Amino acid sequence: MRSDVRPVDEREFAQILTQASADATTIEIKGAGSKEGIGRPMATAMRLSTRALRGLTLYEPNEMVMAARAGTPLAQLEASLAERGQMLAFEPADLAAAVAGEADAATIGGVFATNSSGPRRIAVGAARDHLLGVRAVNGRGEIFKAGGRVMKNVTGVDLCRGLAGSWGTLAVISEVTFKVLPIPEHTETLVLLGLSDDIAVEVLTTAMATPFEVSGAAHVQSPLVARLEHPGLRGQGLSVTALRLENFVASVAARKDKLKAVLRAYGEIHDLDHDNSLALWQELRQLSPLKGSDQPLWRLSTAPSAGPKVVAAIARYTEVSAFYDWAGGLIWLEILPATDAGAADIRRVIAAHGGHATLIRAAPEVRAAVPVFQPLEAGVEAISRRLKAAFDPAGILNPGRMYADI
Amino acid sequence: MSHLILPQPDRAVIARRDSIVADLKRLVGAAAIIADEVGRRAYETDALTAYRRLPLAVVLPSTTEEVARVLSYCHQGGIKVVARGAGTSLSGGALPAEDAVVVAVSRMTRILDIDYVNRIARVEVGITNLAISEAVKSAGFFYAPDPSSQLACTLAGNIGMNSGGAHCLKYGVTTNNVLGLKMVLVDGSIVELGGAHLDAPGYDILGLMIGSEGQFGIVTEATVRILRAAEGARPMLLGFDSSEAAGQCVAAIIGSGIIPVAIEFMDRPAIRVCEAFAKAGYPDVEALLIVEVEGSEEEITSLLQRIGTLAKAFNPRELRVSQSPEQSAAIWKGRKSAFGAIGRISDYYCMDGTIPLGKLAEVLVAIARICDRHGLSVANIFHAGDGNLHPLILYDANDPQQAEKAEQAGAEVLELCVAVGGCLTGEHGVGIEKRDLMRVQFNATDLAQQMRIKTVFDPKWLLNPAKVFPLEGRQEAQQEASLAAA
Repeated sequence: MRSDVRPVDEREFAQILTQASADATTIEIKGAGSKEGIGRPMATAMRLSTRALRGLTLYEPNEMVMAARAGTPLAQLEASLAERGQMLAFEPADLAAAVAGEADAATIGGVFATNSSGPRRIAVGAARDHLLGVRAVNGRGEIFKAGGRVMKNVTGVDLCRGLAGSWGTLAVISEVTFKVLPIPEHTETLVLLGLSDDIAVEVLTTAMATPFEVSGAAHVQSPLVARLEHPGLRGQGLSVTALRLENFVASVAARKDKLKAVLRAYGEIHDLDHDNSLALWQELRQLSPLKGSDQPLWRLSTAPSAGPKVVAAIARYTEVSAFYDWAGGLIWLEILPATDAGAADIRRVIAAHGGHATLIRAAPEVRAAVPVFQPLEAGVEAISRRLKAAFDPAGILNPGRMYADI
Repeated sequence: MSHLILPQPDRAVIARRDSIVADLKRLVGAAAIIADEVGRRAYETDALTAYRRLPLAVVLPSTTEEVARVLSYCHQGGIKVVARGAGTSLSGGALPAEDAVVVAVSRMTRILDIDYVNRIARVEVGITNLAISEAVKSAGFFYAPDPSSQLACTLAGNIGMNSGGAHCLKYGVTTNNVLGLKMVLVDGSIVELGGAHLDAPGYDILGLMIGSEGQFGIVTEATVRILRAAEGARPMLLGFDSSEAAGQCVAAIIGSGIIPVAIEFMDRPAIRVCEAFAKAGYPDVEALLIVEVEGSEEEITSLLQRIGTLAKAFNPRELRVSQSPEQSAAIWKGRKSAFGAIGRISDYYCMDGTIPLGKLAEVLVAIARICDRHGLSVANIFHAGDGNLHPLILYDANDPQQAEKAEQAGAEVLELCVAVGGCLTGEHGVGIEKRDLMRVQFNATDLAQQMRIKTVFDPKWLLNPAKVFPLEGRQEAQQEASLAAA
């Protein structure tokens, strides 16, 4: 197996990429490799890791801003934030459990390069919404910056958004500057057990339409509940529908009562206290209901109300287990193994309801054979190709990881 | 004021004006074309009135397909196009050119769908910002970004400039609140991005589009997030003897874990003018904060108490919680009409830099010094929570010397914002106004990368000409990008 080259700074990245661009040497870009099993398999001539680019370069808690080099471990960065009572509010999802990667290994560069966002995305936005500035090296080997360190900035083309979620195919992100938020004083969770998907999503969307600032709205079907660590929930043998409230202690108490009153008609509502809530949402963020399986796993994004319909339609073709987040709009779906990992059926269903589907877990040969990321509409694909060329004209960075020839 | 170089219009295009107008009438109907000079005059400028150019013609399309026909035609004929919403840009983002057709989406105001379950609204982008919130108000919802011009400005312009507002500390700016777009590319093709779901597949083209200042295409429809409004909201006033104390108080509030929905700052000159206009009960102090919190009655009371306790460490001269909806309305009326109120007493040049909050006191002193050196006075309004500073440089527009000085002072203020770690524009956009200052914030490589993206969307650089990017380096980016795409 090839060893990773670990340039020690941005300048070394620039030198290597300048040369690689001239020689058309293809390069896999990785951080810690926690999401290595996601995307189309690549066979590149070289592999570059950002892991040697480490360390916080700015932290101003009173201005809610932090900057870090791309290879800084997420866990280290979150520990520094926690010392000052702050957090990455979009609580990046840890995909390692889903793809049998090393848990807790992600780098901050990888988080933004994949726009990885957890349950709180529905309340506070995704990783891309918190990204304030980037430094990066494009496929020509040029170091450039975009955005800055301030909260409001509309100066020039918004390349921060452009690079977020580009999976290392446009440029190597070398440093990120991002918004951070205070950790809420108190967290509690309302849980309903045994709801069908339809009713559960009705509960979730009803809760999101209240003024009580629900910051997590998830529904886990019972087979996946059995994989949770949480002893109280795991043993129930029932689906779990969970709503998170976060705020100052008194506010959470009052909001909980009001939210319960709104949802009274849906059956018994259980409380999870602060510690139990933190444990549950940490598990959901780490995708613990998806761990320990090698069945094909899909990530579907659709309108919340369409979520259960999409799942039911796919269930007509194969056996499915679903974990809904974002009030039903994000679905992690495990299905039975199939030669195309169910791609044809799933993409047909999603086309009928609106949204898109990404194949997260499947054997490399399957990921090489079916489109892993949602095929793009022709006009959007044409723009995407030109965007790739505008950053990486020689096509050397993570070639084909998202789309063939991009 | 008007030192910026605008390119010489293309005489050949101007010479074809009659035939272009005839063709446009054929494409979208005569009722959608303004060709007479008086009619076109209404479109010669925006809210940066120092610059004026009479457009070649104005098109007022009613549908996406009409926009597509016009862009396709202009693209084939090499005719430049300037997109326009309500024309409220403070940076000259909608300034026309003599050889350009203005495409104003102001007739496209329909609400296509409101979906409270999925908390989205699909609208045509000529709708005003406030009209979206008004349409969903009865159900207790609102559209979050709230620029001061929200009564007049269109969602189209908000998308073009990635507009913010006073309440974006909590709710984010336009790019955080738009989920989908329908847009027409420069060649007339129609593209849809995103939709009712929270993320779009592939590259974040939606994110590139928002804030692209009419450089990348013309947006015609949008899917926006609508949010359930809090149970209630109430502002409090905190008056201080120094802007330093006010800045420290803001840091203390945020440092304590409270994120108010808005924290607005005004200095003494701004307070006096706004008070005279709105009778909001503002105290006559060196620095005033309006801090607003949201929630239930109990939550509001508790949060305002916490904030009051924190503020006491900075010796507030005044600490007053609004006692009624009328008082709250007056407090916000004073702030939101600040630009208008100051406009009653003087011409002003409104700046829009953003700075790190910790630099506030230092920056205000330096701004005062800059303006003083140019013999001008200044009033400062500041979205303190997110560092977005609006110095209003007062001058006499009838005195060309003063106008020039105001523009010069403004440039120095923005250079200062960048020097302390901030940026040229927090929410008004680069437009024509800050085009040449882009080199203060970005080096040639940064700008080249941005210009290559421009070329991706608009290979012939026909859209919203002469703005955003400095005039130098454009051709190189254009050539490189077309080579790369070949």
